[in-house]
Amino acid sequence: MSGLSYAYYPGCSGLGTSSEYDSSTRAVCKALFMELSDVPDWSCCGSSPAHAVDHALSAALSARNLARVRAMDRDDVLTPCPSCLTNLRTADHRMRDEAFAARANSLLDAPYKGGVRARSVLQAIVEDVGMEMVRASVVRPLKGMKVAAYYGCIMNRPPELMAFDDPEHPMAMDLLMEAAGATVLPFPLKVECCGASFGVPRPDVTARLSARLLLTAREIGAEAIVTACPLCQMNLDLRQNQAARFAGTAFEIPVFYFTQLLGLALGAPEGSLGLDKLCVSPARVLEAPAAGETNLTQGSRS
Amino acid sequence: MPVLAGRELRIVGFLCNWCSYGGADTAGVGRFTQPTDLRIIRVPCSGRIDPLFVVKALLGGADGVLVSGCHPRDCHYASGNFYARRRLEVLKGMLPVLGFEPGRFEYTWVSASEGQRWQQVVTRFTEQIHALGPSPARDILAPRRGLASGKGGDSARA
Amino acid sequence: MKIGVFVCHCGSNIEGTVDTAAVARASLEFPEVAHAEDVMYSCSEPGQEAIIEAVRSKGLDGVVVASCTPRMHEPTFRRAVERAGLNRYMLEMANIREHVSWIGKNREANTNKSADLVRIAVEKLRRNRPLTPKRFDITRRVLVIGGGVAGIQAALDCADGGMEVVLVEKTSSIGGKMAKLDKTFPTVDCSSCILGPKMVDVAQHPNITLYACAEVEEIGGYVGNFTVKVRRKATYVDWVKCTGCGACMEKCPSKKSHDSFNEGLGGAPAINIPFPQAIPKKAVIDPAFCRQFVKGKCGVCAKICPTKAIDYSMRDEVVEEKVGAIVAATGFDLFDHSKYGEYGGGRYPDVITSLQYERMLSASGPTGGHVKRPSDGREPRSVVFIQCVGSRDKSVDRPYCSGFCCMYTAKQAILTKDHIPDSQSTVFYMDIRSPGKLYDEFTRRAMEEYGARYVRGRVAMITPKGRKLLVRGADTLLGTQVEVEADLVVLAVGAEAAKGSPHLAEKLRISYDKYGFFMESHPKLRPVETNTAGVYLAGCAQGPKDIPSSVGQGSAAASKVLGLFSKAQLESDPQISQVNLARCVGCAKCESTCPFGAIHMIDFRGQPKAEVIETVCQGCGICAVTCPQGAVQLEHFTDNQILAEVDALCRF
Repeated sequence: MSGLSYAYYPGCSGLGTSSEYDSSTRAVCKALFMELSDVPDWSCCGSSPAHAVDHALSAALSARNLARVRAMDRDDVLTPCPSCLTNLRTADHRMRDEAFAARANSLLDAPYKGGVRARSVLQAIVEDVGMEMVRASVVRPLKGMKVAAYYGCIMNRPPELMAFDDPEHPMAMDLLMEAAGATVLPFPLKVECCGASFGVPRPDVTARLSARLLLTAREIGAEAIVTACPLCQMNLDLRQNQAARFAGTAFEIPVFYFTQLLGLALGAPEGSLGLDKLCVSPARVLEAPAAGETNLTQGSRS
Repeated sequence: MPVLAGRELRIVGFLCNWCSYGGADTAGVGRFTQPTDLRIIRVPCSGRIDPLFVVKALLGGADGVLVSGCHPRDCHYASGNFYARRRLEVLKGMLPVLGFEPGRFEYTWVSASEGQRWQQVVTRFTEQIHALGPSPARDILAPRRGLASGKGGDSARA
Repeated sequence: MKIGVFVCHCGSNIEGTVDTAAVARASLEFPEVAHAEDVMYSCSEPGQEAIIEAVRSKGLDGVVVASCTPRMHEPTFRRAVERAGLNRYMLEMANIREHVSWIGKNREANTNKSADLVRIAVEKLRRNRPLTPKRFDITRRVLVIGGGVAGIQAALDCADGGMEVVLVEKTSSIGGKMAKLDKTFPTVDCSSCILGPKMVDVAQHPNITLYACAEVEEIGGYVGNFTVKVRRKATYVDWVKCTGCGACMEKCPSKKSHDSFNEGLGGAPAINIPFPQAIPKKAVIDPAFCRQFVKGKCGVCAKICPTKAIDYSMRDEVVEEKVGAIVAATGFDLFDHSKYGEYGGGRYPDVITSLQYERMLSASGPTGGHVKRPSDGREPRSVVFIQCVGSRDKSVDRPYCSGFCCMYTAKQAILTKDHIPDSQSTVFYMDIRSPGKLYDEFTRRAMEEYGARYVRGRVAMITPKGRKLLVRGADTLLGTQVEVEADLVVLAVGAEAAKGSPHLAEKLRISYDKYGFFMESHPKLRPVETNTAGVYLAGCAQGPKDIPSSVGQGSAAASKVLGLFSKAQLESDPQISQVNLARCVGCAKCESTCPFGAIHMIDFRGQPKAEVIETVCQGCGICAVTCPQGAVQLEHFTDNQILAEVDALCRF
């Protein structure tokens, strides 16, 4: 395997609520010989609030980071977080309009002149490494684990902008988990909303939407859900109890980042995968493939 | 009748009867507003367009020449536009040798149903010619024709 | 030369933004213009009379009409100057409507540009010569491509008019999409009952030669004299011997062949007659599934066939037909609903297309006319119909309305109630389009008498929920979300151009639009003609339409063919290439570039020279540009004429 090398943008969640996503992403990339160089002095992409207030400001926040990627003399940057990805891509797209770029760049010390393509880590693994190589790199297949791959609503949408996989029926994570040895069940709600940031102002909405996802996952026989988005993971994992109260039933379905399960299959060091950070204990699910060598304690966050 | 001094430039169009002339008609029927600089000469096929027609137009003082035919594989005469494409591509490469910016000549494909596309082609090409300004040939022709450079000429005729 | 210029007001169409009187005044300054006037409507009878009168009284010998596009009225004015006693080619038109008055509102610029266009027309006209068409004999036979209802109608009308017809059908039976339908709106009469007799008529008509399982491979020649190569695909059954008894189908051990007639709902034997009323009723082997071909051993059908018609060694055969006219009636194909991932995109067995449902409703279909869910064979109670799947949707590049889905859905909702009285149909629609005789009344009946629930809104998502399907959408009239639990979902898939349409269009040398539908000569006034003489259109090949329109166009195309063939001879267009023998050096470059084989080399006093075959030349002028000596000139578009136009535009 020739060395692949990328600029890497962790995103704010990667340092906080989804640090296990960041650490397991790094572990997976290491196992697949994808060298990541953090974008020096990176800053927030604008997240949800910025573009709700001011498009130019939102673009400037993301473009600042894209310009830092250019300063690394690269034209490709990876990020694990779909929300960061959307912002970075939207900024690059909007800045192709001269008048808009002038407005956004006027907010920046160093202007962004275009030419950086942001991609998700998932997309890079699918496109650059390829399923064959992933399959060949698996040392501990996730045999017998029944998972539902949940993409969330912005991983592949809007399709014109994200230009990856099928916007209504994406398969990248399904195929990756299959390559890792898991049994992937067809999950009909794989791109439906989980409630996103409504968890704060309207927890009832998030509870209803997340409950629908969890109920459907249970219905198809999934033992675990695999995600690629920190916000989805938080709504389904951290707030699973709220959804359970709404649905009047307990779920106890662990919600992994795809990088955690892939890391396991690739034999990455357990400590780097942050499995202990999950709220719903994955112990029951992991016993089978891990052949008794995992010793997991349930996360103590409540 | 020369173009309106100071407002229009001289743009000659060669359009094949079956697709692009029809496309220009469709644009008219659809009332797709366009700049007024272009004057269209109708030919049966883009394969009828001798590259020398284009050169003659440019040497004669045209500021831009636009050729448009049927989309490749959609030629009324089966292969006329393939011949056109080769001839005109070669011509494009030679224009700088004659002292013309390559942007003064373009060839494109517009079908009879693509009125809106024709509007875009004309608008964009006219803007491109205005950005280039009057043809350098005018300065060469001016002394011979008693013409001040950059002036639209004898609008006294109107 | 004395030239007359007539500048048309076209009511306010031109006069609104062009000072036509000023254009006429300016024209008088142009060389050899002896008369100029502006006229209210030059194409009207008084307008044409004014031109004729001026030609006669002023002794004009050339006319420029500045009006609309020559693609519209050039023949009109050519006839007018001919009536005035001039040669019809002593006319030029300046297009000051489509190319001037309709594309801008600046009166000064438009007036100026119009005068400029008149000037180039005058300069070209000064170099026109009188031209006389040649006459040539024609082959009174017509090729009809496509054996759907439009092609059948065209073939029958031509044959009844005494013409010989060659009907080429790609599949193994004629009948097209209509043969697959159970009932037809708005009368709910049985489709095969009304189409069947017509199909039989085709089979029995002495003037019709039917090639089923055949495709047009190559088309050469020109109006009146086309040469067509038809590839008859190997069926591995000798159709002369085959009686259509069907014994082979029963005994064939391979039953998994794709049943295209039933839209893939059932399996078909590898040797198959698609449906009981097939014409011709002959078996065809699908080599992709036949064990003899796949595994090299089986031969059951050969053993069983009472007439020994099976021939595994059969090869494709190409036959050549000479015809004088061609009708393209290649129909349509259905939109691939798998492009809508949110509707399950072909992943959920109980989400089917409207044509699959039609086969299910049909007594001759794979379920014998019983509505059954493909997944478990149960009879559905709740059926949801979704409209505009692949119509009126830019996101899938199908912005057009397919025209007949609203109606067939209303019919299917009615039939559903007939088949399953305690069922409930729900129709999600965008708008209802039912313009036709008794059409709107029919959709009202579906709602009012048959209780179909019509919900105005798009469906966002279909998800499996246990045995059922959860259909989630919006009701835009109530402004609410709607969820319907369905046992079966029927997608009203839109029409798209038949696969391979562009390819056939290229063979026919006709245009097609960006979606692959064939372009008619004029959308309103010449709806079944094309810009290629002798090639006509009928049915959905030209654009989506329902059965009455397709039949109407089939007859219309036939009437055009009969009109063409009513002449003893046809006139060839004199705007063709001519070789100046004195300048020709016999290099034969022109011969190699001519797409029509209209130039051949002759021996002229021991020298090779090019010669144009006048009735074959189509007048494209490729040769004229190719000739290094300028020996080949295209009449009416000579180098001198075009350069005079260029010169007129570049004059300072």
